[in-house]
Amino acid sequence: MRKRLLLLLAVLLSFSLIAAACGDDDSEADAGADDAGTDDAGTDDSAADDDMAEDTSDGSEDESDMDEDEGDMAEDEGDMAEEPVASVGLVFDIGGEGDLSFNDSAAAGLARAEAELNVTTSKVSPNDDGSNRAELLQLQADSSDIVIAVGFLFETDAAAVGSANAGSNFGVIDSSMLDFSGETPAPYADNIAGLVFSEEQGSFLVGAAAALKSTNGHLGFIGGVCCFGLIEKFEAGFIAGAKAVNPDITITSQYITEFPNFDGFNDPASGRETALAMFEGGADVVYHAAGGTGLGLFQAAKEHTEASGTKVWGIGVDSDQYNTVDAELQEYVLTSMLKRVDTAVFEIIKAHIEGTFGPGEQRYDLSVDGVGYSTTGGFVDDIVDQLEEFKASIIAGDIVVPTDPAEA
Amino acid sequence: MIEQSTTRRLMMQFAAPVGAVVLSIVMSAFILMIAGSNPATAYGDMLSHAFKLETSVSMINRATPLYISGVAAAIGFKMNIFNIGVEGQYRMAAIFAAYVGGAIALPGILHIGLILVVAMMVGGAWAGIAGALNTERGVNIVISTIMLNGIALGIIAWLVRSWQAEGEIVVVGVGTEPIDDSGLIPNLNFIPEIFGDIRSEELTGVLVIALVVGVAYHVLLNRTVFGYDLRSSGLNPFAARAGGVPPKRMIMVAMLMSGAVGGLVGIAEIMDKARYDPNFVGFLGFNGISVALLGRNHPAGIAVGALLWAFLDASSDILQVTGAAPKEIVDIMRGVILLSAVIGYEIVRRIRVRDEAAQAAARLAEVAA
Repeated sequence: MRKRLLLLLAVLLSFSLIAAACGDDDSEADAGADDAGTDDAGTDDSAADDDMAEDTSDGSEDESDMDEDEGDMAEDEGDMAEEPVASVGLVFDIGGEGDLSFNDSAAAGLARAEAELNVTTSKVSPNDDGSNRAELLQLQADSSDIVIAVGFLFETDAAAVGSANAGSNFGVIDSSMLDFSGETPAPYADNIAGLVFSEEQGSFLVGAAAALKSTNGHLGFIGGVCCFGLIEKFEAGFIAGAKAVNPDITITSQYITEFPNFDGFNDPASGRETALAMFEGGADVVYHAAGGTGLGLFQAAKEHTEASGTKVWGIGVDSDQYNTVDAELQEYVLTSMLKRVDTAVFEIIKAHIEGTFGPGEQRYDLSVDGVGYSTTGGFVDDIVDQLEEFKASIIAGDIVVPTDPAEA
Repeated sequence: MIEQSTTRRLMMQFAAPVGAVVLSIVMSAFILMIAGSNPATAYGDMLSHAFKLETSVSMINRATPLYISGVAAAIGFKMNIFNIGVEGQYRMAAIFAAYVGGAIALPGILHIGLILVVAMMVGGAWAGIAGALNTERGVNIVISTIMLNGIALGIIAWLVRSWQAEGEIVVVGVGTEPIDDSGLIPNLNFIPEIFGDIRSEELTGVLVIALVVGVAYHVLLNRTVFGYDLRSSGLNPFAARAGGVPPKRMIMVAMLMSGAVGGLVGIAEIMDKARYDPNFVGFLGFNGISVALLGRNHPAGIAVGALLWAFLDASSDILQVTGAAPKEIVDIMRGVILLSAVIGYEIVRRIRVRDEAAQAAARLAEVAA
């Protein structure tokens, strides 16, 4: 069985490689794949204004040059290029580039840094079993001034490798990188930072948008994986935002799987079933924080709208999903809660260059546009003023958004 | 005449695996060229990376659990049992061994011994379920071990959840209680340190266990009556039965042993982290099957297979960093090596059968004349 799987894999991979090679005539196959990945990321990024897209493609071109440079660099380290101000090594989470979500957002931030900050970059992905995270971090530390790891699963390895490589700075997405073993939480080392997001604040705004748009006074929330603390922040913010608009609103929450089973982040079929049940139960706006599972939400919105004749909406998460779903589903994406991993990646690189890199938790919230909501499609244009008011109140501290659904 | 045939036999033993590796190198070079990469640069990067001291250490660390997993699978294969349940067996064993190790503190060697015994007992028991289902109810072992893998993952997920305090948000902190230093197998850093600085790498002490497992496997198989029974049952169950070997008992014992060895697969990871956490490395059971196939169930062959797999893992890391080739080339090489090795072994087997037939015919002719 394993043999057959491997054969299939080998054949598929050979075809995909050949296809990639045929795709571009002159550039390297991997550079070709990078083009596809970063371009997608560029477009699914809400703030991707027009020149951003150009930046991204420029970035990819630079990259193929860079690849060669780096080959040389590995051979003799004395021959470092003088011009770039820093070298950045990014390690993706499992799934790697091209996931149209988290990893691609990080890639977009890296591409922007490459275009605007005069840095060289290198990107690597771990094995499917995640067994080589430490090795990849070490390899990147060998050749980079700053290493960025995408995802909280890197926490343990980044703490170890970071402590052993004081010459490089380390940034880990979605982990505070604080050592809780002592009396008070403290950074693991002076060169290790954790980049975390106030997801509850962005979720508050889309919760408010959902409540303003709902005609039934009934909303839904689909979480990918419960009980490891992250997705509950989305739920809490969403509920709080909805209740700020309409205290009597009904919100149905459901999670696909429980930690440590992470399948709930990649199960569009379950997402569709769950969303259909919510729509049939009377909800007319459903927000998901469930990664790839969320695609099923938009399909369900389309199906339910067509079957019942009343319009229902889905709300996207992480990136601007209006840009990532198929054209036929776009009209069901009310808005998306933006988690600007790209901003965090860019900012930490900038901080490194400017010498303002700080260890421990670095928070990206509404005040620095680390989170937000998208307006693509124009479906929330009529309520933008109200949303901006909420945003200003949160930034001013007049509204404190809870992170625990029980308090929302 | 006889000498010539042994050299020929030896050459044929090596022909298949060596041929497989050569074929995969050639094919991958071809694919790299189509993809627009330079195969020489890619292979150069792979080799120069592998021969760096810290990479060699990390390769051995990676190969150690793979080797144990390969032996676990091979014990089943020798008996014609396809135990694909090593995946579930080692995970169950790891979580219970880590739990017991963290709950109890004993002086040094006793503590380590307890952790190993628990791992072997849990792994054996989990495999034993599949064995008993087969001998008592005739359930196909492939099916039952697949199901047991799923059940094991479910149980582990449930256990991990139960350790988590209500509302706790520190994911990385979730896991078994840390094992005291007395329960941790010391690293073998003094060996690589003879050659130089190994930086943040540590050579795992579980390597010793892997070597013991390999030697024990070899002795058991070739130097004991039980090993003879096991091999003969695998080669021809009917003949073995006629010779007085109880088939049901052999299946049960083979599964228990395979599971007990499988239970040791996760030890390296436990020793590294001093606990079981949700971030535990998976797929070692499945990769062990590949390694056992490649190594032809031979204790030394499995070691070569495990090291080859570890080398390819390390290569995928460096190819990404230098950008000399897409890392997927490593998966292609793995697939080609495995397929061509299996085909090669079959060809060698047919040649051998033909040779034996020819020899027998020649001798018959001699006798007749």
